Amino acid sequence: MQLSKTLKSLPLRIATGLMLAAPVSAFAADPLKIAFVYFGPRGDGGWTQQHDVARQKLEEALGSAIKTTFVENVPETADSERVFRQLAADGNKLIFATSFGYMEPLQKVSKLFPDVKFEHVNGFKTAANISVYEPRFEEGFYLIGVIAGQMTKTNTLGFIGSFPIPTVLRNIDAMTLGAQSVNPKIKTKAIWVNTWYDPGKERQAADTLIAQGADAVAQNTDSPASIQAAQEKGTYAFSIDADMSSFGKKAQLTGSTEDWSGYYIAETKKVLDGSWTGNRRTRWGIKEGLVVMAPLNSDIPPAAVKVFEEKKAKIVSGELKPFAGPIKDNTGKEMVAAGATMADATASSLNWFVEGIEGNIPK
Amino acid sequence: MSSLVPMVASTVVAATPLIYAALGETVVERSGVLNLGVEGMMLIGAVSGFAATLATGSDAVGFIAAAFAGVALSLVFGFLTLNLQTNQVATGLALTLFGIGLSAFVGYNLAGLPVNRLPPITIPGLTAIPVLGDLLFHYDIMVYLSVALFIGVQWFLTKSRAGLTLRAIGESPGVAHAIGKPVLTTRYLAVLFGGATAGIAGAYLSLAQTPMWVEGMSAGKGWIALALVVFGTWKPTRVVVGAYLFGGVTQFQLFAQGFGLPIPTEFLSMLPYAATIVVLVIICRDPKTILLNQPASLGHSFHSAA
Repeated sequence: MQLSKTLKSLPLRIATGLMLAAPVSAFAADPLKIAFVYFGPRGDGGWTQQHDVARQKLEEALGSAIKTTFVENVPETADSERVFRQLAADGNKLIFATSFGYMEPLQKVSKLFPDVKFEHVNGFKTAANISVYEPRFEEGFYLIGVIAGQMTKTNTLGFIGSFPIPTVLRNIDAMTLGAQSVNPKIKTKAIWVNTWYDPGKERQAADTLIAQGADAVAQNTDSPASIQAAQEKGTYAFSIDADMSSFGKKAQLTGSTEDWSGYYIAETKKVLDGSWTGNRRTRWGIKEGLVVMAPLNSDIPPAAVKVFEEKKAKIVSGELKPFAGPIKDNTGKEMVAAGATMADATASSLNWFVEGIEGNIPK
Repeated sequence: MSSLVPMVASTVVAATPLIYAALGETVVERSGVLNLGVEGMMLIGAVSGFAATLATGSDAVGFIAAAFAGVALSLVFGFLTLNLQTNQVATGLALTLFGIGLSAFVGYNLAGLPVNRLPPITIPGLTAIPVLGDLLFHYDIMVYLSVALFIGVQWFLTKSRAGLTLRAIGESPGVAHAIGKPVLTTRYLAVLFGGATAGIAGAYLSLAQTPMWVEGMSAGKGWIALALVVFGTWKPTRVVVGAYLFGGVTQFQLFAQGFGLPIPTEFLSMLPYAATIVVLVIICRDPKTILLNQPASLGHSFHSAA
């Protein structure tokens, strides 16, 4: 009896509830829904973490005008297509795809949702509703080289490479050129570990490079294992994506990290005021604040810091381009003539080592 | 010579977690149980050991906690496969997936925190010997304990009465049961032992090899340990040799690259697995070897009719 009474009054209660709730959503402007798709976990201490920090800054900056969500651990497979589709169907109007491998799935999904705007990191395929953004990592690695070239005692740098793709090769080349700009005797040893992430193998690679005389080792793999190795052996290392100095206070000299928030806020504002367009390719570096150098180690002598700051200022002003000629490859062939600068298009398909790098590029 | 020492040292450090995990799994498989959950148990061990050492500052506590965490997870496996008689392959795979997820969940706030590396021990008189001291007497305690574990497992399986019982159960649980041997208890103990060593192997990663916790840090080493057991044809000596060989090939590959030797890195990375397949093929071609080494009841559930 009691129960049936409750049940009967239930629709009425719901109706009352709806009436009370309805005006609220009708009067407040609907916030712009923005979604982020991450390749790794937010707590990876590197790449994905930096994107998520920027997402939080975006929320702080634009407040109630937007509403962000994220999906983490999305593999670069057909699974990602399902995730993008779901996010678009859920009413997200701006979607940031934060890994290179989402390129093909994005092409498909973007056609199904022409009113949704997509932003893809490091890719090279755009569309009417896809724009691409890419950090000028080479600026960060050039400056890493400037520090490494001044701090090395053996004139040998090391680099732990993940895969021999243009983005990674640019970093090795830029670091070597930066180091040679302050120390012409520089040689770089490069080792491929064929993985983005395997702390044990990264550690072995770092130990190997140190044993072979490289006393300043940079990397583009994801874990801080090489910084720990350098800390124990008393040599130097450089972080990537995030500051990793907690793993080696003495070892980490600086690092190339990213702050995506400026870009995310700028693009979101464009969507809000209707000026966003697709088919754009944005490359931001140190000047725009996307590439940020990790704090300099206090052990670096002031003279070396001064050279670093001067070069950094010249990169910001545009006076210094990491890939300005003359540049020879490691077989001695001239690749960029004196007075010329490598075009972005050439850089994005770069597949050779500059002079002074020892190692093979698997073909 | 100068670069030989770090090469050997690096190989030993890379091989040690494989030795712990693979020796444990050897005992498990010798009892007739196939536990594919090694990777999951290693990760749980890695995160538990790391958390325990971070909280207490003691490496010993870390390794003990890791062993218990591995035991806890293997207890789940034991209950499912031995009591409920679920499929061992499917349960083992589920255990790995569960371990990957659970360790990531539990360790979410531990990422980015450093602990001190398990220090190498100094043996008075021996460590100071030039070259030889560096080669043999400059490791952390867990490296020496892995040798002790090897001797223990080898003795247990070949010389002890209990080891004989365990092997008999692995060959024919029905016969062993008929003559009054405790099949379930023995298999349980073997599974728990495997859990403990896998946990320790994981803690070796997060406390000694790369002293940090990051999601999925075992990066497939649990699967390599499983391959090693087959590679070593269920014999502890060959398993240990295989572990050093697997570790050594990776290390040699990196060294060769640093010296600019024109050997494709992918080729060398592939070698240990290719070798495992070759061993499998040889085993299958020679029925005698199977009879001699592979536990006949491996992967089969045992249900006593009584």
